[in-house]
Amino acid sequence: MSTLISGIAASNGIAIAKAYRLTEPDLTIEKRSIEDVQAEISRFKEAIQKSTVELEVIRENAEKDLGADKAAIFDAHLLVLADPELINPISDKIQSDKVNAEFSLNETASMFITMFEQMDNEYMKERAADIRDVTKRVLSHLLGVHIPNPSMIAEEVIIIAEDLTPSDTAQLNPVYVKGFTTDIGGRTSHSAIMARSLEIPAVVGAKSVTSSIENGDLIIIDGAKGEVHVNPTPELVKRYEDEQVAYAKQKAEWAKLVNEQTVTKDGHHVELAANIGTPKDLDGVHQNGGEGIGLYRTEFLYMGRNDFPSEDEQFEAYKAVLEGMSGKPVVVRTLDIGGDKELPYLELPKEMNPFLGYRAIRLCLNEQEIFRTQLRALLRASIYGDLKIMFPMIATLAEFREAKAVMAEVRQELLDGGVQVAENIEVGIMVEIPSTAVMADVFAKEVDFFSIGTNDLIQYTMAADRMNERVSYLYQPYNPAILRLVKMVIDAAHKEGKWAGMCGEMAGDEVAIPILIGLGLDEFSMSATSILKARSLISQLSLEDMKKLSQDVLELDTNDNVKEAVVNALKR
Amino acid sequence: MVEKTFTVTAETGIHARPATLLVQAAGKFDSEINLAYKEKKVNLKSIMGVMSLGIGKDAEITISAEGSDENDALNTLTETLNREGLAE
Repeated sequence: MSTLISGIAASNGIAIAKAYRLTEPDLTIEKRSIEDVQAEISRFKEAIQKSTVELEVIRENAEKDLGADKAAIFDAHLLVLADPELINPISDKIQSDKVNAEFSLNETASMFITMFEQMDNEYMKERAADIRDVTKRVLSHLLGVHIPNPSMIAEEVIIIAEDLTPSDTAQLNPVYVKGFTTDIGGRTSHSAIMARSLEIPAVVGAKSVTSSIENGDLIIIDGAKGEVHVNPTPELVKRYEDEQVAYAKQKAEWAKLVNEQTVTKDGHHVELAANIGTPKDLDGVHQNGGEGIGLYRTEFLYMGRNDFPSEDEQFEAYKAVLEGMSGKPVVVRTLDIGGDKELPYLELPKEMNPFLGYRAIRLCLNEQEIFRTQLRALLRASIYGDLKIMFPMIATLAEFREAKAVMAEVRQELLDGGVQVAENIEVGIMVEIPSTAVMADVFAKEVDFFSIGTNDLIQYTMAADRMNERVSYLYQPYNPAILRLVKMVIDAAHKEGKWAGMCGEMAGDEVAIPILIGLGLDEFSMSATSILKARSLISQLSLEDMKKLSQDVLELDTNDNVKEAVVNALKR
Repeated sequence: MVEKTFTVTAETGIHARPATLLVQAAGKFDSEINLAYKEKKVNLKSIMGVMSLGIGKDAEITISAEGSDENDALNTLTETLNREGLAE
């Protein structure tokens, strides 16, 4: 029986593969009396044996993929698994108390976990986690349940999860992971952004996928419609396979535009740039004909590690991107951490409203060593291409002036030390806070450019948390309130002879693009995979018509009516 | 039974990697091997036993072995401690 689960369309494309649940299994245990002691002990030994084999494979993979350092954790796990002080008491307990292996294991392991947790040494406390991990693994074999381990996936799968953190997604091998679907999340959550950059279809916020999909179920993900089909009929599979072929053809058609300029049919040129997270993303940018980098999210350099990246490490990454773009513009956003993006080595107090809290430029201006190190690395790299620096989350002019002053100091230090720095580095800001959009005419006198970050601008303007599905209906990119703010920013930039770009989701949106062309947006930065489609769309528009269209929709009342007006205008 | 006393020279004492190395080495022998520190004595084949001692720098530790391969065991463990700069 085929079932349909609907969610939020997060990343286009169609995937057909078996389900792989990335969820915590139920490891509830009960106490049972047993008759056959020997059989129970063998059952326990067998679970140990299976766990050992599994850990040896994981250890080997970790050594290959992550290095000997990370693999050492699994050495420790293997030793715990072979520890006579742990194993023997468990067998003894099965024998003396005539209880089941699960119960005996849990009792004994808990004793050790408590012992290590109570030691006043951080290192020892962490060992408690090792024992807990190993116990979980053995328990899963005793209970016959599956503990997910994404690094061991070796066939094509679709990942089913409650949510995916950046570190979860980093572990997924795109060769095997054909798509994913999650219970929570929205179009702009990190899992969704990651899916688009990996070019794999995804449906997020699908609410019930973890409760209704079993491991091994056949799944179809329709990333454009936001549909998940569970155990589809052969007819449905056939239909989607046909669609996959058609989609591939469409992509081949777009691919012809890879070396073309982006111009409207009446000759107006705009720049289509890409959003990237690491130098590795450059391949995708080139394959999709990106005319620049409109947003380099540097926080990925800081994630998935145990300490801050050094200045040299950062310098190498920035240099690689600048050189890789061979003189095309590269807008680098300085560190945007905080909010929902945490670093394990930077302890920040928990906040009631992290999106409204201590993050991005607020944090950088306060913890200046972090900021200065990044700026030094950036300025050193500036001679390798066309670098533009952008500060995130600017709310006031004072913040911008302070950030710019810090940069001037760092620059002077470098020059004094005989280090070369490029002459005319443009310095701009993300416009994502309504106060800044409203004050854009004043900002425009001091900044070199604006880049409108629509994901946050919409969430702050509508006062709707973008991680909360219950208010996701308020994520309204076409709401005239948003469009009017966008117009204010573009007009303010042009009045001072500056340029205005956009680096949020909206920049690659088919309904928004015609309006943005009409409003005079100069640069559109989006997931690399959206570029060719956007170029194809823009080539069919005329600037004059879009100017009229944008004037008209700015006078409309609701998000839906704007959308309808654009769709109707494009049909003509 | 054979035994030998050492002074720990490793800055971080005997945890983490050092403990892993010792337990891995001890596990290769049939003899019963113990590690004594202060008043406590643990099985040197048990990673959790060794780590529970919390042995720091400058600690006096005694390793004892009893069984068919006791001499080999003690020699190997001495060599491991010296080679890794853990104790002398």
